[in-house]
Amino acid sequence: MNIGILSLQGDVEKHGSVLRSLGIDFFFVRYADELIELDGLIIPGGESTTLTHLMKKNKLFQSIQLFAKNKPILGTCAGMIMMSKKSNHRLVTPLGIMDIEVDRNAYGRQVFSFVDDLPVRINGHTEKIKATFIRAPKITQWGKDVEILAEYNKEPCAIKQGMHIALSFHPELNGINIFHKEAFINHKAERKSKPSYAA
Amino acid sequence: MSKSNFELKVGLAEMLKGGVIMDVMNPEQARIAEDAGAVAVMALERIPALIRKEGGISRMSDPEMIRDIQKEVSIPVMAKIRIGHFAEAQILEALEVDFIDESEVLTPADEHNHVWKHDFKVPFVCGCRDLGEALRRIGEGAAMIRTKGEAGSGNIVEAVRHMRKVTSQIKELTILSREELMAQAKILGAPFTLVQQVAKLGKLPVPNFAAGGIATPADASLMMQLGAETVFVGSGIFMSEDPSSRANAIVEAVTFYNDAGKLANISHGLKKAMDGLDIAKIPKEERLQERGW
Repeated sequence: MNIGILSLQGDVEKHGSVLRSLGIDFFFVRYADELIELDGLIIPGGESTTLTHLMKKNKLFQSIQLFAKNKPILGTCAGMIMMSKKSNHRLVTPLGIMDIEVDRNAYGRQVFSFVDDLPVRINGHTEKIKATFIRAPKITQWGKDVEILAEYNKEPCAIKQGMHIALSFHPELNGINIFHKEAFINHKAERKSKPSYAA
Repeated sequence: MSKSNFELKVGLAEMLKGGVIMDVMNPEQARIAEDAGAVAVMALERIPALIRKEGGISRMSDPEMIRDIQKEVSIPVMAKIRIGHFAEAQILEALEVDFIDESEVLTPADEHNHVWKHDFKVPFVCGCRDLGEALRRIGEGAAMIRTKGEAGSGNIVEAVRHMRKVTSQIKELTILSREELMAQAKILGAPFTLVQQVAKLGKLPVPNFAAGGIATPADASLMMQLGAETVFVGSGIFMSEDPSSRANAIVEAVTFYNDAGKLANISHGLKKAMDGLDIAKIPKEERLQERGW
């Protein structure tokens, strides 16, 4: 399995460490044609204004939207903003991959960034993790197909829709791999376990 | 809930990787920077090239100007304090700036001590010329290190010198035996535990950015290829003839730093870069990089 980490800007390396811990091969991708080889994609944290700017300039927009139709994407923080259908800033054009609306920097500036315990419901059981929120976005609206994996102060901060996962926080900074595992390994297992009529 | 831990500060520095942090002097410039894809702006009253030209004491920026910039843009806003001036740092923290640069570009307030940065919730970035200086600053709590270069010179030679120095000193640590590390810590004037950590990691324990003299997309690419994780551009953008195009170009150059074909296209038609200075012609006492202990 080959997972790509979109490396236009942001904390790409920490996602690499998490994938390594799961024994998954990964590549840092910056060009649209590199997506072809991939089984999944990570859109990391960074600045969503910068990511929009670089995606537009480098024709990645449509390519990622097409990719999302049959391959899983995991987005953290700015990555979640990019996966949403609507954001609250003139310079951010989201990809519209998930049926959510988000507010950027909704928890405040860096002095209000925090780490806290977070119970997560994933793959049939609940796990308590440390979640790092850095100038984090909030999900303000979500559609009925959106499954909520975790809430912070009764607001959703980890969600799943179909094969895609989006998070307000940064599991990669705490070396937590449950979301990467869910998006890329469990998802694949689910697909494989479906009966194959062709055979 | 912990709000002041070191990992949280380094976390923001991680998010800035692969981006460009631009010096801006007013909300209009901040907007140009944000529109061009800057990952953060550094709010200061006079960019280094002007400080160099005009002289006088350079201090923390007027809080009103910082607030106006914070209102204008949504990306992180950084600001500078004088070396050792912890009261300026307290004020910047009250203003909720996202990163504080304890900077040699401003006139030092303390000739022996830097700020004890662990006391703050806001992360700090500090300049260095070698590994010892980098590790002293990290020991005091800096969450990001940048080369000093020679700010406001438009000349990349000092940033290259500092980046190469740090990199080669790190490499040297990785091949030393345990007892040699103590001797090396003494030579570097660096905290022993950090020396041990760097020897093991083979890199700094915090992100390592480049600053001081970057004026072109090629300069940005050079620093990235030498191991910088992103770049600060001070005077290079707003002292050039066409700041917006240059800002756009440097943002792309940092992402595609090892794609020469793309860099060739990016570097097209940018009009005139800022005027540069020959470092040898700057008297030693006027070199900003000499400040810091």
